[in-house]
Amino acid sequence: MPLPDVIPFIGLGWSDVLFLILSGVVLAAAFAVVFGRDIIKSGLFLILTLGALAGIYVMLGAAIVAGAQVLIYIGAISVLILFAIMLTQSKVAPVKLAFQTQVAPAALASVLLAVLFGLAFGSTDWGSTVFADTPTATGTAPVAAALFGPYLLAFEIASVLILSAVIGGLYLAMEPKADEVGEEGQ
Amino acid sequence: MSQIAGNLEPYLVLSGMLFAIGSFGFLARRNAITMLMSIELMLNAVNLAALAFGAFIPSLAGEGAAFALLIIAVAAAEATVGLAIVIAIFRNRKTPLVDEYDTMRQ
Repeated sequence: MPLPDVIPFIGLGWSDVLFLILSGVVLAAAFAVVFGRDIIKSGLFLILTLGALAGIYVMLGAAIVAGAQVLIYIGAISVLILFAIMLTQSKVAPVKLAFQTQVAPAALASVLLAVLFGLAFGSTDWGSTVFADTPTATGTAPVAAALFGPYLLAFEIASVLILSAVIGGLYLAMEPKADEVGEEGQ
Repeated sequence: MSQIAGNLEPYLVLSGMLFAIGSFGFLARRNAITMLMSIELMLNAVNLAALAFGAFIPSLAGEGAAFALLIIAVAAAEATVGLAIVIAIFRNRKTPLVDEYDTMRQ
């Protein structure tokens, strides 16, 4: 028996339900990252956020970016963040005081930002296509044409930037020699 | 038929909400690494918006994904240097909390 196009009782299509589930996971995990008391759990929820976002990228037809998201963000940056968390965990750090004193103005500013985004997105006519289902995947040929055509200089500069970031990160994280340590570190 | 996943606006609204959550985390948390994680959330929100525009506006096909890939590369560089700086400061001050980095004020 084939599946019906529209889920009974709800009236939404399957891709709608998939989008709602994925965006719910993204938002809930992002809230857990920002509000969590335990920083290790924050790092793990960050991985969940990035994974669910990779699913949404696939729904948008950008499989190459979803793959890069999984490889670079989940595979590299999250591991880097988890290592940094383990290197900077100290028992004296008070767990209860996770927030700055400016938490109320920060919350107000963020809510205002979200409302502003909603108003701007709702009132602008983007001239976008409306698809019957999820957007049709265009494959990697247009991405390659853009990346190696008009944005070739940006691509090359990004590679130089990554090289300099690797060297700079190595230098910054190096253990300083004893005679170079300032008064603060002794 | 699809009422949500085939339109541009739901993706943009999700991106805006994710950006707002990230900005709250950056402004309100005390731990430097949580602030860096919030920056990653904001960069991902920007990526989502770029990809949505690339998918739904025909003249931007390909450019959205190209921008997203460049943003991922820059985010990787930013995370490398940012975490190295946090570790270097932690080695001197023995705390990852940014409001205790007040040497310049004393």
